[in-house]
Parts: sequence; structure tokens; C-alpha cells
Amino acid sequence: MAKDILKKPDALYEVYHRKPGEDKKNIHYCPGCGHGVLHKLIAEAISDFGVADRTIMISPVGCSVFVYYYFDTGNIQAAHGRAPAVATGLKRANPDTIVISYQGDGDLAAIGGNNILQAANRGENITVFFVNNAIYGMTGGQMAPTTLVGQKTMTTPYGRSVQNEGYPIKVVELLATLESPAYLERCALTDAKNIAKTRKAVRKAIKCQIDGKGFSLVEVLSACPSGWKLTPVQAKKWITDRMMSYFPLGVTKDVIDEREGYHPEKVKLTGDRIEEILGLKKEKLFRDKSMSEVPEQYRNPQIKVAGFGGQGVLLLGQTLAEAGMRHGWNVSWIPSYGPEMRGGTANCQVHISENDIGAPVVDFPNILIAMNKPSLDKFEPTVQPGGIIFYNTSLIDRKPERDDVETVGLPFTDIGDELGSLRFANMVVVGAIIEKTRLLDEDIVKEAMKEVIHNKKFIPDNIVAIERGMAEAKKLE
Amino acid sequence: MAKIVVQVDHCKGCELCVEACPVGCIEIDNEVLNKLGYHPAKYKGTGCTGCGICYYTCPEPDAIIVYKKNEREAA
Amino acid sequence: MAKELIKSNEAVVKGALLAGAKCYFGYPITPASEIAQAASYYFPPLGRTFIQAESEVAAIQMCYGAAGAGVRVMTASSGPGISLKQEGVSYSAGSELPVVIIVIMRGGPGLGNIAPEQADYFQVVKNGGHGNYRCMVLAPNCGQEMCDLTIHAFEMADKYRNPVYVLTDGFIGQMMEPVEFPEAMDIDERAKADWALLGDAETKGNIINSIYLDQDELEEHNRKLQRKYARMKAEDVLFEEYRLDDAEIATIGYGIVSRVLKSAVDVCREKGIKVGLLRPITLFPFPEKQVAEIANRVDNILVCELSNGQMVEDVRLVGCRGKAKISFYGRMGGNVPTVDELAEQITKVAEGGDIDG
Repeated sequence: MAKDILKKPDALYEVYHRKPGEDKKNIHYCPGCGHGVLHKLIAEAISDFGVADRTIMISPVGCSVFVYYYFDTGNIQAAHGRAPAVATGLKRANPDTIVISYQGDGDLAAIGGNNILQAANRGENITVFFVNNAIYGMTGGQMAPTTLVGQKTMTTPYGRSVQNEGYPIKVVELLATLESPAYLERCALTDAKNIAKTRKAVRKAIKCQIDGKGFSLVEVLSACPSGWKLTPVQAKKWITDRMMSYFPLGVTKDVIDEREGYHPEKVKLTGDRIEEILGLKKEKLFRDKSMSEVPEQYRNPQIKVAGFGGQGVLLLGQTLAEAGMRHGWNVSWIPSYGPEMRGGTANCQVHISENDIGAPVVDFPNILIAMNKPSLDKFEPTVQPGGIIFYNTSLIDRKPERDDVETVGLPFTDIGDELGSLRFANMVVVGAIIEKTRLLDEDIVKEAMKEVIHNKKFIPDNIVAIERGMAEAKKLE
Repeated sequence: MAKIVVQVDHCKGCELCVEACPVGCIEIDNEVLNKLGYHPAKYKGTGCTGCGICYYTCPEPDAIIVYKKNEREAA
Repeated sequence: MAKELIKSNEAVVKGALLAGAKCYFGYPITPASEIAQAASYYFPPLGRTFIQAESEVAAIQMCYGAAGAGVRVMTASSGPGISLKQEGVSYSAGSELPVVIIVIMRGGPGLGNIAPEQADYFQVVKNGGHGNYRCMVLAPNCGQEMCDLTIHAFEMADKYRNPVYVLTDGFIGQMMEPVEFPEAMDIDERAKADWALLGDAETKGNIINSIYLDQDELEEHNRKLQRKYARMKAEDVLFEEYRLDDAEIATIGYGIVSRVLKSAVDVCREKGIKVGLLRPITLFPFPEKQVAEIANRVDNILVCELSNGQMVEDVRLVGCRGKAKISFYGRMGGNVPTVDELAEQITKVAEGGDIDG
């Protein structure tokens, strides 16, 4: 406090040009209101730290909705209670900014209760000033979450009752139960001593953010003479006599000194590197193949793969679609799940076509893969005449009844099991499809499988499975 | 010598400075009605120690300026 | 660049990152969760921000903050989540902030189900929040467009300083199709220095705000917004026409329905019915001129939706003065009509019958 002259800090505008009306020199708050004092303390700290240019003040909803009239900083207005979320967005978008959320009790502790809790819990490196005046000022004196028991307001005309409204919320005590916040203190704008303590707390909280130490919040007990229907001097006394006994002053959490400052690294990547991280730079085996090389009945096929969830039917379909794409054709794949993922029925529908694909659904497949009996029962009647049904004889104890379609029955599950895992069954089917339909080339299908399967260590086993499926299908001829 | 200057047309007459001043050197000027319609605070002219309490107590950013030393020395 | 077979919901995220999206704020909800999951996987390695917000309400407000800071930002959700986001969408529109919101529609109302519907057209296209605002709404119908229109959404959001929705259904979101990705864009946030808060002396005088206490000022602000929406209508309507040249029947549908309609049109054309398809790609601005022109030209318009008839109101609004009879066929609950089903409805219209839809 080495200044020789105490006057309005630079971080408050000289003239409040945004304020409507003729009076651009005076703040809009009522006589004796605590907001003005807190504005001065915050502005003084911002000015002293030399951060006004990179500070963004968030105006809340409430009497301080017009914070942006006064602060010569960046200003943004937030919806009621949402300032901590808006602050999160601002700070994460640009960690170099100093983001200050200025909120009243209704805003912070009622409608925005979860927002402040969660921002504090994420340890957002922001500073929050919480003005607790135990009432909704702007809307005309209704109950706040911090309204004292017995206190009369416009919506507690008989006084706040514990039975009806419960007890007032103690914000800094509540937030102090969290691990993340760095600094939490309650102050009061009453006498010289408490105002000096508030000043110190304001500066500490802003410094905490500048140093990258994380979330800080200062709760300030502040007078609302108009709302309380008291004179400013009486109001100040009311804070001391009534509020401070329920809302004790002091630090509820301070781990600033234990923390390393964190300043997120700025990352600027080249376009090439971005594309690489997104997996868009991979060399892929492509081969243009004409559908005229495919036996007529399997050209532009509509494929349905059905079975139990967990049989790998979705991956089976994806492998076919990926391979189809790599032959230069249009493809689509859609899943259709039963209500339960495992143990239920799962199916997927694949189009492979040299034409544009309209509806991606497959109502009438010309290739059906039925991995269990319910799938065969359900979809056999839908297969187009001249189509083909691959069915899993390990789990299906009947033959397809249709005589106008080709059928390929193999014990896919047993073969998979024999190869080391039930999960290889799907690639055995893929092998059989390669062999029987001549739609897809073996080398490309293998490449497609490598792309599609999640666990790359099973690639060799799945290659064996594909080859085995081809061999088994060939034996049937 | 320290002193305060009350910018009359920025004062809302809340009396917080009057109450807070440890040496009682501020009073309400009942003779004056300012542009805002309040009787503003007024420095009695002597006694100011330059402690700054009135400045930090005052809710109005522009109403009180405190010169801790003589204005000329300060400049 | 090589094609990738990719789930549409993931193509959205890669498209967004190539478009320079710097922040993703979201909340999990089926059937949009893959977007959040893919974002959580890809944003951090690129030095960008992914946060799973505490709520849909918070997610959109985080977008509001980040957009105010001048970066490209997005969120994604489905019906119940979009209901909650309306507060932030209205504020973003009022404060003129570019935010991209992906909506993967599911069945409603209430908890409904997770199957595809198009029942949130009113909510998204007619604006579900308070005030005289509109949002641009883009309606992709394939994987490639999920990428391309997401990128376009960022461009439009910046062009107009306005929220832009990418609206599709669970069906399109869950699909895998080949997608060709464009090159990564280099976005300079300084380009927004005339209005955004970039945290420096040059931009600190900017204000992000939607409060105008003076009635005349608020009216002027609203008039300015309406001029912006008029400009969208004049400059950025997108649609696709299919076999409409000699059509006597025009079908109209968007999203998954447009795909089924396209196949149904082909089926009916083979039977000799002169039918085509108009697919609005921008639902706002709605292709009013095209619909009005078609309504003057064809005998019948058949609007198909996965809803109780929502977009059809826009078709009727601009098509009512034309000669075409406008019919509607809708499915709900997550049921997607089959090609045969829509071909049957088209045939019914061709034979002069009434649609009971």
C-alpha cells in the first residue's frame, strides 16, 4: 500500500460509456451497497498486478449484471448461475487470460449451485468473487439460499423457516470439502479491519490464478441496505451482528503454497501432424475391381450378418464393408442391436455397390450370414431368390428350407474354437464368403481385417481363420 | 499533510465514511444537496491522517480521493 | 487423401478437428455418445480441449465462453440434452456467438427411446429457446456429409456469428461409410479481433452480451439479427434434387428418410411413375424457393419424416399457393420405413389416393 494517492483504480473506466442515460460518471448501485467496495478492491488488484488487458470479467445475473459498465477489461455476460461454466470455456480456450467470475448468492448457490461445485472440483484456474448478501437484490428482495433463518424477504414473508426452506448454505465450507480448490476464504465488508482482510483476500485469489495454482473463491458478506430495508450504517451492523455468527469469517482452504503452478503448454501442430494423429495418413491397399468380374448373383450385394451379441457379427460386417471400399466400390454399414448387447441378437447390414447407395438398410439380403438359429429363422424368408445363406451349423440344428437360394452350412463356431478362440469364427465366415462369392479378393480382405479388428495381436490368428474358412468352403464343392 | 477530497457529485450520502473515519474528520454536509440528490460527505478540513479507511469503505469509486501526503509532495 | 471407413459420429469429430475446432464440451447421451468419446480420444493429443461437462446446460455455456474467446468450439447431444441446452443456445444467438452443435435425434417425447426419429425438427429448426432468434441447421444424410457439413457448420457459424446445428438421426450417426477427409485448416483467431475477447489490449474493449435494457436498442438488435437470418436465406440455402426434372410427384425428406426415398424413387421410376426427390440440406434456411417452384410444377408432393409431421409445415407454408397436393407420411417410435413401404405410398399418391400418415 505504498501509494501516495488513493483514488479510482485504472481498471475501472474513467467514464462509464456503456452505462445508459446521462449519468456516465456514477455506478448504478444503491447507497451503501457492498458491490462498489468490492469492485474497487478487484480493480485495484487487477491494476496493481498489471493484468487488466488480459483479464475477462464475467457479469452474472443480479445487481452486478452491469459489471461490464465499469471494468476496463474484457467483459462477457453470462446466464443466471452459469458464470463458472462460461469461465471454464473462456479459460480453456485461452489459458493466458485472467478470468474472474463475479456472482451473487442466488446466482452462485441456487440456480448455479452445480456449476460452481463442478468448476471448483475440476480445479479450474479461475477466480470467483461470491457476494453473499443473503437476499436476491435485483429481482426485488426474494429469499436467497443464504437468507438467514427467520429473515423476512419478499418470498419468506413470515421469515425463513427451517421446516420449509432449510438452513442457509455455507458455500466456502461446502467447497472446502473438495480436493481441487486452492484457496477459499470468507470475508466481510464491514469495518476497516475486515475490509483490509477482504482486500488481501481479493489480491491473493487473483494472484493464485496468475500463478497457475488453480481454483480460488472469496465469499464476501456484503450489505444490501435496500433489500434489507436498513440504512447503510445499520446494514453494516446487521452483517456483524447477524450474518457473521452463522457465516464465520476466515480461510476454509488454502493450499496455494503447496501447489506447483500449472501453465498449460501451447501446442501448434502442422496440418500433416494433425492428419497423422487422426490416422488419415495411412497407406492402404486399394484395387479398382469391376463388378462385372463378380458372378452375377453377387454383384452389388446387400448383406445381412446376424447372430448373438458377442459373436463378432458387427466386425464381420465391417470387414466386408472395408474390403468393399478398398475395391473402389461404395459401401455402407449399419448396426442394429437387440435391447441387450450381450446374449441378445445383433445384426448389421452392409451394402457394397458400384452405384450410389440409397437406403442403407437391408430388408431383402442376397447374402445372409446366420450365426445362430433365431437369425436363420427370422431372416431366411427375406433372402432374395438366387441369393446365398451362410449358416453356422455349430449352433443351428436345421437346414435352410428355401430351395431357391444357395446354402453354405459350416460349423463356424467349432472351427473358431479349434483355431484357439470362439472369436475367430467370424473370420472363418469371411473366408467362406471369399471362396463362395468371388466378390472380394483375399489379399484385400486380409488388409481390411487388419484395419478393422481392435486387438492387433490377433491378426495372425485371424489370417489363419480366413484361410481356413476358404478351405472349408472349397471342400463343400 | 494528508487530506481527503470528496467529489461531491459522486457521493450518495451513505455515511459509511463518516462512521468509519477513526479520527472523525468527515461529516455529512446538510447544507448541500448534490446532483444525485444526496447530502454529501465533507472533509472537516483538519485531522486527516491519510489512513485510507474512508476510501476503502466508500462504495463509490469516484467519491473520495485520499492524499496521504501534501498534494505537492505527492506529485 | 485416402478414404476411411468410419462411423458417422466419429467422422464429425475428425471433420471438426480438421476445421480447427479447439474445444469440445459435452455430456454423454445415447445415440450421440460416440461423438464425445471420439472427441475425448482425439482432442487432447492435438493440444486441444475436451471436457465432459457436469450437465448439458454447462456444456453449452462452456461453448459460449470459448466462442467468446474466439476459438472454434462444439458440443453434441440428443433430444433430452438439446432441451437442456436451449438456455445457452438462446444466449449464444443473442450474443452472436459461433457455436457448432451436433444433434443426433432419438425417439421422444420424454425419455422415449434411443432409436432414430426426426421429432426434434421443431425444437431445433424453429428454435427451442426464448427470443427472436434462428439457428442455421444443416442436415447430413451420409458419412461424408457428417464430416463435410460439420466443417461447413464452423464456416457458417463464423460467417454469421451464430449458432449452427448439424441435425441428423441416430441411424445416420451409427452408420459407417467411406469418408474422404480434407486437409487440416489453419485457423487464425486474430480474424475475430473485431468482436471476440482474445485476452489482450486490442480486444478488451469488446463485449459479449445479450442484454439491452432499452426497448429501442433491443428492437434494433433484433432487427439486425433478422437481417442476418435474411442473408442466410439469400446466400446459404443448400439442397439436393434427384430425378425431379420431369417429375409429376415430388417427394421431400431429409436425413435417413431421404436415403430411403431415393431408393423408393428408383423403384417407382422402374414402374413408370414420374417421381423425384427434393432433399433440403439446410433446414434453416429452408429451401423455400425450390419448394414453391416445385409446388407450382408437380401434381403431388409427398413429405416423409420420422415424426408426426414437422418439416411438412414448412413445406405447406411455402407450397400452399402452388398446384400440388401436399401429403404427409410419417413413422414414429424409432421405426424407419422400408423402401417398399415408401414406394407403396408414392404409388398410392400416383393413383390419386390419400395418404394416411
